[in-house]
Formats: sequence, C-alpha cells, structure tokens
Amino acid sequence: MGRKLLLEHINVPGINTFDVYRSKGGYASVEKALKKLTPDEVVEEVKKSGLRGRGGAGFPTGMKWGFLAKPEGVARYLVCNADESEPGTFKDRYLMTHIPHLLIEGMIVGSYALGAAVSYIYVRGEMMPQIRILEKAIAEAKVAGFLGKNILGTGYSLELYVQPGGGAYICGEETALLESLEGKRGNPRIKPPFPAIAGLYGCPTVVNNVESIAAVVPIINDGGEEYAKIGIGRSTGTKLISAGGNLVKPGVYEIDLGLPVEEFLYSDEYCGGIANGKRLKAVVAGGSSVPILPANLFMKTINGDARLMSYESLSDGGFVSGSMMGSGGFIAFDEDQCIVRNTWNFARFYHHESCGQCSPCREGTGWMEKVLHRLENGHGSMSDMDLLVDVSKKIEGNTICPLGDAAAWPVASAIRHFRDEFEWHVSHASEAVTRNYGLAHYADPLPKPEPKPEATA
Amino acid sequence: MKVTIDGISVEVPDGTSILNAARIIGGDVVPPAMCYYSKLAGSGGKCRTCLVKVSKGSEKDPRPMPKLVASCRTNVMDGMEVQNLTSPEVIEARKGVVEMLLINHPLDCPVCDQAGECHLQDLGFEHGAVKTRYEFDRRTFNKIDIGDKIQLHMTRCILCYRCVYTADQITDHRIHGILNRGDHSEISTYIQAAVDNDFSGNVIDVCPVGALTDKTFRFKNRVWFTKPVDAHRDCDHEKCNGKVTLWYKGEDVIRVTARKDVYGEVEEFICNTCRFDKKKTADWVIEGPRKISHHSVISSNHYETLKPLPVVKTNPVLQEANKTQFERETRL
Repeated sequence: MGRKLLLEHINVPGINTFDVYRSKGGYASVEKALKKLTPDEVVEEVKKSGLRGRGGAGFPTGMKWGFLAKPEGVARYLVCNADESEPGTFKDRYLMTHIPHLLIEGMIVGSYALGAAVSYIYVRGEMMPQIRILEKAIAEAKVAGFLGKNILGTGYSLELYVQPGGGAYICGEETALLESLEGKRGNPRIKPPFPAIAGLYGCPTVVNNVESIAAVVPIINDGGEEYAKIGIGRSTGTKLISAGGNLVKPGVYEIDLGLPVEEFLYSDEYCGGIANGKRLKAVVAGGSSVPILPANLFMKTINGDARLMSYESLSDGGFVSGSMMGSGGFIAFDEDQCIVRNTWNFARFYHHESCGQCSPCREGTGWMEKVLHRLENGHGSMSDMDLLVDVSKKIEGNTICPLGDAAAWPVASAIRHFRDEFEWHVSHASEAVTRNYGLAHYADPLPKPEPKPEATA
Repeated sequence: MKVTIDGISVEVPDGTSILNAARIIGGDVVPPAMCYYSKLAGSGGKCRTCLVKVSKGSEKDPRPMPKLVASCRTNVMDGMEVQNLTSPEVIEARKGVVEMLLINHPLDCPVCDQAGECHLQDLGFEHGAVKTRYEFDRRTFNKIDIGDKIQLHMTRCILCYRCVYTADQITDHRIHGILNRGDHSEISTYIQAAVDNDFSGNVIDVCPVGALTDKTFRFKNRVWFTKPVDAHRDCDHEKCNGKVTLWYKGEDVIRVTARKDVYGEVEEFICNTCRFDKKKTADWVIEGPRKISHHSVISSNHYETLKPLPVVKTNPVLQEANKTQFERETRL
C-alpha cells in the first residue's frame, strides 16, 4: 500500500473545516511557497514532479504552466476545471465534498506560481452542495488570512471565486469553460490561440483539473523530486480512480500509478473483485470517452505483459488493443452486461451533449445514437457495424474540440473488440431483446502467436 | 510569406489564412467554405468543409500538423505546404462532412428559393455521394416569421452561425441566436421577436442555404429564370452605398440583393430600404448585366456563352468532339 497524498486525512472528522484541516498540517504548502519560494521555483518543482494533468489528456502540468505567456500589464488567470461530467468519473466531487481546503490550498499555490491575482473554480452546475462547501471553505480561508489582500504578510494578494457552471458536459472542455465563465454560450473556441496565450477575457490563462491542482500541495510540501519517486516511468505520483460498475467495493481510491490492474481490481484493499461472484467481461478504464476493452485485453497487453494502472501501460497497444488513463473513471462490466446497450448509452450521452457547433459532431453523434438504438432493439442489419465504424472515423479528428473524438472512440472500440456481440444482436434479433450475449470468449487468455481477439469473429 | 497549396506557390502577407491564400491562387485549389465569410470577423471553423492537410508546418518547423485543419481559421506560416485536392485524406474527410451536413437537410431543392444559388447544393454536387446512408427521420422545425420581411425555415439550416455574426457586426443589435445544443440546436429569436433593423435583410444574403429567405421573393421565381443586373441608387442611409444586384423577370424587379462575388460573399452590405422597398426600375441607375460565373446555373441566362477552351481550337480531334458546342457558338 502506497502512501496517500491527497486522501491521507479523508477520514478525520471535521476535515472539511479550516481548523481541523490546519491542525493536520494543511496550508503548510502555502506558507512554504509564499515565504520561501519564488513563483518560478514553484513552477520548477511542479515540472520536476512530472505531474500530468488529471483531467483526461495527461498533459504535463508543469509544462502547461511554463507555456503561460507573461506579457507586462496583462492579468493572468488560473481557472480550476471542476466541471466533472464524464460518465464514470466522480473523483473531483468526492475531493471537493470532503476536503475542500485541499483544492483551495492548491489554488493559492498555483495562483502564486502563475502570478494570478484573481482565480476561479468553475464547478459543474449540478454540484450545488459542493459549490456551497467550497464557498464556505473560501470564507474560512479568508478569515484566517490565506486569501484576500496581502496573504500572510507576504504582499501577495489573491481573490478566489466559485462559479457554478451552466450544466453542460461541453463546458468541461477548457475553451468552452472559459466562454461559459465569461457568460457566453459554452461553445469551444477554435484553437489556436491557446488559453496560455489568450484565454479568459483574452488574457493568458491556465485551466487545470481539480486533482491536478490538489496534487500541487504534496508536491510543494515534499518537493517535486520526492513526488516523482512515486509511480512508474513518466506516470508519476498518485491518482484518484473512481471505480464503478459491477464491483464489490465501488468508490474513489487513491493509487500509486503503476499499480497492477489485477491488484486494483481484485485485492480487498481496492475494488475487491467483481460483485456477486461473477466474471469480468469488459472494462472502461478512464471514463466513458476512452476505448472499451474486453477483460482479456484489459488484464494483459497484446504482448502478454500484465497491465498496470499508468498512463503508458493503459495506452499500450494504441487504439488497436489499448485504452487510455483518461480522467480515471474506471467502469467494470460483469458477464451479464450488454456491450451494445452500453455503447448505445454512451452514444446517447454524447448526442445529448454535443454543442452543435461543428457539423461532424453535431450530426454524427445523433446518427450513431440512432443506429445503435436500432441495433440494441433488434432492428439492425449487418452493415450497421461498418457504417458505425465509418461514421466514427468521419467524426474523429475532424472536429473543433475533443468531444468528437470522445464520442467516436467508445463506439469504434466496442465494435472492434465486441463485433460478434453486435452481429449476434442482428442475427438473433428477437433473442437479443430478451437476454444478453454473456461473457463468450472475452475473458479467454489471449492467443499467443496471433494475438487478435476479433480473429474469432 | 510563401505558401504552397497543392504544389502551387504563392506569396501572401503575414496573417493570411490558408483559405484566403488559396483564393489568391484561385481555381480548383480553393477549399469550399460553408460557414466562413470574409466580411464577418470571427466566422468560420464550424462547418469543417474547408479541412486541409498541412504536410509541412513551416520552413522553421517542417513537421506536418497531426490533424486536418480548418483552412479558414489557420494562418499560413512561411514555407508551409498544404494539400487540398491532392490529399486522399482530405477528400475522404470532406465527403464525410458533406454527408453529415446533408443527413438532416430536407433536400427540398425543387421548392426551395435558394436552389440555384445554394452553397450546399453546389457542395453536395461537387463533393457528395449520390445516395444517403441515413435511414432515419430528419429533424424538422416549424417555419418562423422573423419580422414581416424574413422567414426562417430552420429545417434547412446548417448552423453556420453567419447570420448570428451578421447581426452582431452589421446591425446595431442582435436579437436572434442559437438555442439548445447538438442537433436540436436552432436559430431562433426569443418569443419570436421580430428582427427589425435597418440591416437585418443581410442575413438572407449570408445564409448559405435556404433557411433565411426573403418573404417578398418567396416562391416568386426560380433564380435561374431571373436576370441579374448591377444597379445603384443614392441611398440616404449613412452605412449603405446603394450598390446592388437587381433580379429581373421580364420588366419587373422581383428581388434586390447585395452584389455577391465568386465565393457567394457580398461585396458590401445593403440596407433594408434598398432591399425590400425599391422594386421599380425608376428607383435605380442601371450599370449593366451582372457577371455570373459560368459554373452557376444562373448563367443559363446566356449573358456569356460557354466558349470552348482555347486548347480545343488548336486540336482537330477535340474540335470534332465538341462540334455541337462550336456550332452553337457560331450560330449565336
């Protein structure tokens, strides 16, 4: 068991209040950063830590901070992306509900590092309780002198605001978030320019996920090099995983990156195995938008290595036989789940959440949803699978923002790995509406010489 | 800045987009554009028909761009190499985009006033497939009157946002916009407020499809039966200079529009008085017939005859093959 960095004191009663949080060593990083380090040194520590963005893309946070343009006389902003809406991901909500001060502490250090005088936490509109919790925490921090003018007598001033979002998944895309924060319709902007050059109100802006900002706190407390010792390869530190689906113990877990997936899935410390003694059929490893994998490909990579919970290992095999770390929304499916129905459900979500700005995503998501709905209800045809793959290819990469890719990947990967289940829905149409396809061969050991699971299709 | 598009090099000033660089070259290398409008700041990037492949980023950084880029919103770099028609990837992506644009379009061209000058019609003709693979109901909306002169037929809309930018930038206030999201999103006004503004009629001209139509012209005629004539009048509106195209049917002016260039973009926006109220020849000073590209069906008015290409005249084999055309030309 690794050391918990973010959730260390999660079970301390009253940790959501300032006094208890402070007594457990909270806000030490603010004191250290503001009194002992220059902003550039803070950025340097984050760079050394190798921290990668926890929101989904996995872009190194320190590098992102380093890219921030610093023209004279122009305000800079740090915006925290708490618009967590990915199906399967609920780690940020957990963090904000239970230890809101960790996020606020990270925001102060981050804002100091970037030289921001005003920072925002953009919280998903549906998370009203969390918004109230954060506002209370900000008020407490202000009373204690950690926010506002002249923090701790260092001369650095910071105003921190919480902004409720408009209630759209697309507002979690960073430029759409900035548009929404400015009070406009949450349409993603066309890049370039990137937010690091022209973001909020046209000023240089850094947008970071809640967990990335929270991870800055242990990085400053222990030093970036110490943080980088945890984890494996370029996946450093700890990561919150929101485990859901047919698990014995679903919930939010903090893991050291590099933990074997088998241990994560079956050990009692984490998920505790599949619920009701059933067998694992498929896993979505990082939130609904990442490619879905059958059990055999998820446990072992195509080369036969055991898969680890790390950015590199999960994406081993690329889009052919790999997946992605994403935002850590781990969804396990047992043998009784229908992949076609699940894929339709995801497609329905992306259809509903497409902003409608650019045509491939606006029209294509609806099209895929309709075809999948037809398949699931036994009205499909054999050509539908090729149609879906083709439509997803036409969407992928041709849109303004990554929502198009996010809509295309689950559909394309489900058909790639579970094609025979889709075909069964066509060939056994009446049966498909009464029972599910079952586990079939999806948990069989991977064939050694010709390692292609769909070869049996 | 030197940029090479499909092997043709051109020198353009700094800050030019790839699309505009291609328009400087002209001809077939120009990517189609449904949402970009050179007169409207911030337009473009949405329809994705102008996607091109950047095979060499610039002289300094020769790496290709990882994804296809929207040429209307990507600025050229020195030494950039762009593939438009020469890239199979681009052709494939564009075909996909056209298909996507058409799946919810009603294809009611036979009764649509825009037919003949519709960009989507041209685009579908040039880049689309013959058959659709879409087997579901298309989305439909009720027709909305926005003001007494303009009708919105949202079913035909491709959500290019041009009319939104026009209202923002040309008129003094905007009261219509996009409601809802995804494929439910629609152009609309709150509680059907009338778009009543001196320049509101320009939304008709910028609309690439038949979603916004002129109620004074609806169902009056097919555009290819009308004769476009350039004319001007001394307009007393300070922002309008009264340069228009009159569309004649016989003796009558049945429609007035702004002058559109070869890319279907207006040269100058005109006011509503010129557009809707001045429909007598006596109101105007006639300049002469409007030149229409012979690619357009509107040119079937035969202001300019289709001339055989110069290469045909010197080649007896081609002369024989184009015999009827030659005869028609001599007869005319």
